[in-house]
Amino acid sequence: MEWYLPVIWAGLIGTAVAMYVILDGFDLGVGILFPFAANERQRDQMMASVAPFWDGNETWLILGGGGLFVAFPRAYAVIMPALYLPVIVMLLALVFRGVAFEFRTVSRSKGWLNFAFSAGSALAAFAQGVILGGLIQGVKVTNGAYAGGALDWATPFALLAGFAMIAGYGLLGATWLTLKTEGAVAERARDQARVLLISVLVFMAAVSLWTPFAEPRIAARWFSVPNIYFLWPVPVVTALTALALWNWIGQRREALPFLAAIALFLLGYLGLVISNFPYLVPPSLTVWDTAAAPASQIFMLLGTLVLLPLILGYVAFVYWLFRGKVREGESYH
Amino acid sequence: MDFDPILLARLQFAFTVTFHIIFPSFTIGLSAYIATLGALWVRTGKDHYHQLMRFWTRIFAVSFAMGVVSGLVLSYQFGTNWSRFSLTVGNVVGPLIGYEVLTAFFLEATFLGVLLFGFNRVPPWLYVLSGAIVALGTAMSAFWILSANSWMQTPAGYTMKDGIAYPTDWIAVIFNPSFPYRFTHMLNAAYLTTGFVVLAVGARFLLAGRHIEEGRTMLRMAIGLTAVLAPLQLILGDMHGLNTLKYQPIKVAAMEAHWDGSQPGDFEIFAWPDEKTETNRYALSIPNASSLILTHKLHGLFPGLKSVPPSERPPVPLVFFAFRVMVGLGLFMIASALFGAFLWWRGTLFETRWYLAAMSQCWWVGFIAVMAGWVTTESGRQPWIVEHVLRTADANSPVIGESILVTLVLFVLAYGVVFSFGIYYINRLINGGPESPAEIRGPLVGSPIAAARGGGGPIH
Repeated sequence: MEWYLPVIWAGLIGTAVAMYVILDGFDLGVGILFPFAANERQRDQMMASVAPFWDGNETWLILGGGGLFVAFPRAYAVIMPALYLPVIVMLLALVFRGVAFEFRTVSRSKGWLNFAFSAGSALAAFAQGVILGGLIQGVKVTNGAYAGGALDWATPFALLAGFAMIAGYGLLGATWLTLKTEGAVAERARDQARVLLISVLVFMAAVSLWTPFAEPRIAARWFSVPNIYFLWPVPVVTALTALALWNWIGQRREALPFLAAIALFLLGYLGLVISNFPYLVPPSLTVWDTAAAPASQIFMLLGTLVLLPLILGYVAFVYWLFRGKVREGESYH
Repeated sequence: MDFDPILLARLQFAFTVTFHIIFPSFTIGLSAYIATLGALWVRTGKDHYHQLMRFWTRIFAVSFAMGVVSGLVLSYQFGTNWSRFSLTVGNVVGPLIGYEVLTAFFLEATFLGVLLFGFNRVPPWLYVLSGAIVALGTAMSAFWILSANSWMQTPAGYTMKDGIAYPTDWIAVIFNPSFPYRFTHMLNAAYLTTGFVVLAVGARFLLAGRHIEEGRTMLRMAIGLTAVLAPLQLILGDMHGLNTLKYQPIKVAAMEAHWDGSQPGDFEIFAWPDEKTETNRYALSIPNASSLILTHKLHGLFPGLKSVPPSERPPVPLVFFAFRVMVGLGLFMIASALFGAFLWWRGTLFETRWYLAAMSQCWWVGFIAVMAGWVTTESGRQPWIVEHVLRTADANSPVIGESILVTLVLFVLAYGVVFSFGIYYINRLINGGPESPAEIRGPLVGSPIAAARGGGGPIH
């Protein structure tokens, strides 16, 4: 059995999920910050800053879910039933905020669509946090199938993770707005970014304390010798990144806060990977337990190696094409 | 109270997938139409092609968004509702879906952004090319998803080991026996569906006496297309039917409500297939016509429903009536397209108001025909989810009925709201009509970002 194929696939799906979290994260974040805009012109401006990108961003979620189905069908077949309700709620929330983009350009009365966009964004973020939390806290598996109840995921930890995700996406959205907009929207986003940064750090600290206490395997992963000698830089770099982000916001830098927010997200993500690898469905199923047949993984890998660089190329092209800032009043119609 | 999780999972999936198929049926064809208009605009330099292109692109954007979000739901429902299906055939079906994401979804989503917002930022050829790439993406998407669906109908290129399917030959998996027929039949259906929408809108403008030039162009293009594709669909459908007879004879027996395989089949124009008595009641039939269609011989025999026990049969009335709806609408489309072509040849197309009035009301025929076709083929496969590999009853997730019921209600409410608004907004866009040339300055639905600052550099 090729032991490395599942590892490669775990890396690829991990990358797709990271791409999703960062890219859809900032446009969901813009939705989360939507209610704080002062007027319709500012809301138009906020939406215009993400409108050309949101659809492509959301495609990474299909790649993440689809990739799990392709490469780890046994994990997919456990995770989806286990997290049935939060997954469906996330999908419905994404339906509303997705159509709001297009409907809003046609509609004359925008109130309900503004609500659909912001509530849908916040609810999708919350549900994604619950899904992540529900997965980390462990899923009950018997004979390779989900063996728990409909509401096993509903724990204080999962709800905490849900709120953490709202704060995190909000931070990405706020720093995106400081990069891509001008005027009052950018000013407010700078203030919001600092508040959100503090809440994100509180949530990160809470998760970092909670998980080792709740899960001995996570405590062992981080604090055993020699692991701790290699892993101590992770929290230190995270703290330095947060400090830099705080200062860059204060210095009114444009691109750096967004990049630092991304780095912060990736560090948090790295922390979760360190805590849980090689489990795909903690605490029982690893990447090797759940892998698809090697023939399937290889067939898909060949295509991915050709197509993924191509995709990254044209995605980068579109971000380059729509570079520059969006001013207030530069809006739909 | 006891909820049957299988029935609820099926109802929920039937609802979400039926809702979803409305949008691809339209956007596959519409994107190709938009790309054609763009190509004509670049070649001839005539403004009204560009106006039409922008007009339809805005409608496309609203429809596509609904297609994307409802399709996202499906990609997760394979796991949430059908985890044992995913487990059993994930090795084979998974990569087909994976390739759909990699070759189609990113392409469509990314270049739609260029098409919608890039008018002032890219040269016209790239703007039009983006439309063509979106059209290519939608067709590629159809390729992979129909390959996956066809494999569920006529599985090939795999072997079973410990109850799990393993791929042995990917070419055989992708190009499984029913795939070429199902793919061409569906792609053609999508183009036809769009053709009838364009026909209806063109007729509506001519009747109202506004946007005359654009209305005539739409009418000519739609009739030119449907007069070829509607008859072609009959031929493709016939070939698809013969393929189904070879690989899924019981589905065909249900479509024809043909109970006794030892007798030649009559074509039932109308009947009530009675599953209890295994006969057709109130039948109005053309003797031996089914035998003639399916075996090309007047007294040819083909398997009847009684050749398998009732537990192995699909729900006969559903398959039977859905098939009749599809064929009936198909014949209607052939007749109206050919009659339109006849009027065009006579030179009275734009003056025959009763024809325009009728066609302006017929935007929906393609959609209903597509849905009826899918109900025929999917219900006709029952009781199997993957023909002779996995039964639907063995494919669901370990999720309690209550969860599925609650989410089913949520889906119905949410989709009901989204769909009503979507139709309302599309209708408003249609009534608004194409912009006049003077209005075409900025990007399509977007901000005049580039125009204001020259940031991206308009190149044309």
